Amino acid sequence: MNIHEYQAKQILAKYGVSVPKGKIAFTPAEAEEASRDFLAEAGSVCVVKAQIHAGGRGKAGGVKLAKSREEAGNIAKELLGKVLVTHQTGPAGKEVKKVYVEEGCQIARELYVGLVVDRSTQRVVMMASTEGGVEIEEVAAKTPEKILKEFIDPAVGLIPFQGRKLAFGLGIDKSLVNKAVKFMTGLYNAFVASDASMAEINPLVITKGGDIIALDAKMSFDDNALFRHKDIEEMRDLDEEDPKEVAASRFNLNYVTLDGNIGCMVNGAGLAMATMDMIKLSGGNPANFLDVGGGANKEQVTAAFKLITSDPNVKGVLVNIFGGIMRCDIIAEGIIAAAKDVGLKVPLVVRLQGTNVEQGRKMLAESGLNLITAENMDEAAQKAVAAAKNA
Amino acid sequence: MSILVNKDTKVICQGITGEQGTFHSRQMVAYGTKMVGGVTPGKGGTNVDGIPVFDTVGDAVKKTGANASVIYVPAGFAGDAIMEAVDAGIELVVCITEGIPVIDMVKVRRFMEGKKSRLVGPNCPGVITPDQCKIGIMPGHIHKAGTVGVVSRSGTLTYEAVDQLTRLGMGQSTCVGIGGDPVNGTNFIDVLELFQKDPGTDAIVMIGEIGGTAEEEAAEFIRKNVTKPVVGYIAGATAPKGKRMGHAGAIISGGKGTAEEKFEAMQKAGIKITRSTAEIGKSMMEALQKV
Repeated sequence: MNIHEYQAKQILAKYGVSVPKGKIAFTPAEAEEASRDFLAEAGSVCVVKAQIHAGGRGKAGGVKLAKSREEAGNIAKELLGKVLVTHQTGPAGKEVKKVYVEEGCQIARELYVGLVVDRSTQRVVMMASTEGGVEIEEVAAKTPEKILKEFIDPAVGLIPFQGRKLAFGLGIDKSLVNKAVKFMTGLYNAFVASDASMAEINPLVITKGGDIIALDAKMSFDDNALFRHKDIEEMRDLDEEDPKEVAASRFNLNYVTLDGNIGCMVNGAGLAMATMDMIKLSGGNPANFLDVGGGANKEQVTAAFKLITSDPNVKGVLVNIFGGIMRCDIIAEGIIAAAKDVGLKVPLVVRLQGTNVEQGRKMLAESGLNLITAENMDEAAQKAVAAAKNA
Repeated sequence: MSILVNKDTKVICQGITGEQGTFHSRQMVAYGTKMVGGVTPGKGGTNVDGIPVFDTVGDAVKKTGANASVIYVPAGFAGDAIMEAVDAGIELVVCITEGIPVIDMVKVRRFMEGKKSRLVGPNCPGVITPDQCKIGIMPGHIHKAGTVGVVSRSGTLTYEAVDQLTRLGMGQSTCVGIGGDPVNGTNFIDVLELFQKDPGTDAIVMIGEIGGTAEEEAAEFIRKNVTKPVVGYIAGATAPKGKRMGHAGAIISGGKGTAEEKFEAMQKAGIKITRSTAEIGKSMMEALQKV
């Protein structure tokens, strides 16, 4: 699950990570009001930042400086409702629905610090780089030697010497090294305590006054751990997610929208991906990834079927089930119920295999539904592609 | 011969009194697995179909001599269950549970350092040596005893591959589902090493998917150490970047972990790759005819 910058900063602040003062605003008037505190001193500036779940906002014109309250209001007016297109949003972009108004700061250096779970070492790794403000993937590809790494023992946590190694490695002034270590320790503690899957401070800023602050903050969380973080779950912003994926999550279905025209319903994530690949190999394009899981019931199968057929791009549906624990008769029951409920407007290809397959096939054959059956995966994919072309 | 499990493996089930635990314990007994006990804290002294239930894994090991455990405990408690089994000295711990927080698994792996237990999973279908021992949730009837070893990150996709092998007359020595999570116990290389050493395994099917670099590392291992023919398949060639495809570990992040990179690494290592799921069995037949 992803959250906004302002929410990430709220979480980080709780763990002692320094962040600039800021206020969230949903209207230009609120933005103007929010800027008051940050513009009190002569010569001070504030920053108005578009809040969307994507990086690259600065380059896309979503982050702007304001010297007066009026200017802050005008920037908010310009940003709110605007569709920002960044390298992470895709060509459709994302609409800005709120802005974060923040105190300005005098930047001396911009650095990068991030945390992820490293799959090879099975540890949380803290990465740091002097290339602040630049995409870390770009740094990793072009100059991997510029990324410093410390692998953290979960039993001990980030040890101060590890923080010092990173700080000295970044060339942070020795008078500020302890401040940097405190910052990194707070960041690691926030990461582990909130079950994050990624935390990125880009840039981490050293100010001319010698403060170390998170000028930007990005965090995402392990969906598997949300059950023990109700406060973080409440930060979920459904406006930022695909509506069909949101609907699917209500039925505990794994669904991802794709841009093809053949809807798929499969049990198991690996087989679901393989089914998409088979459609492509047969000359078609999948409209979605959908895993109904190992123990789906009739209601979930019905919901899944409705979800797929609600996509206007879908010109054909392919159901591919290998019944292990999932019994084929349950799947057949769900398909029949859903098809009778919503009607079958596009061709449906069904391939059933595994536990209770004969019973499932018999139920489908006797249902009176107009469906195309297939014995194996390539036959199923080919029939679905052909049927979608003729539909 | 086989790897990891055989007819003498004595298995306990952690979470045996839960719905999943009871159902699958019955299935395992029906397949012929030696189920010697179960564990549910607080239900020690009871039994499930005559299988004795204990309060702790330690008690179960002492009374039954179990050397393997299968875990069907809910995700929030599964890390704890794995560590209890490891602490009790269980040699093979198979965790079926899906949805364990990654940070919990990082701690589990740290706990397991220097201990002799092997963990398979989590979020996996389990391990089966056909006609001898089934530990997990796979449908037993599609398997057939033979000499092809199967290792995979996916559940149903493994069934698909096994079904094709069986239909073409190629039985399996052992099938190991290593699971779809980013932090797990046993990886491809561990299983490949066992298959290479096992005189009962003549060839290997390896099924990977997008995300991480485990397949690339395994390909490099195969190039250097595996002399038996290997057929490889990767799921997710059409998966978009940055989206989690059902499995927690199946995500292309930062442009890394694509199916194409993995296919390429496999090909370079001399693995016979197939881009069609439907041709895994056929490819294995061709690979074996060449030998």
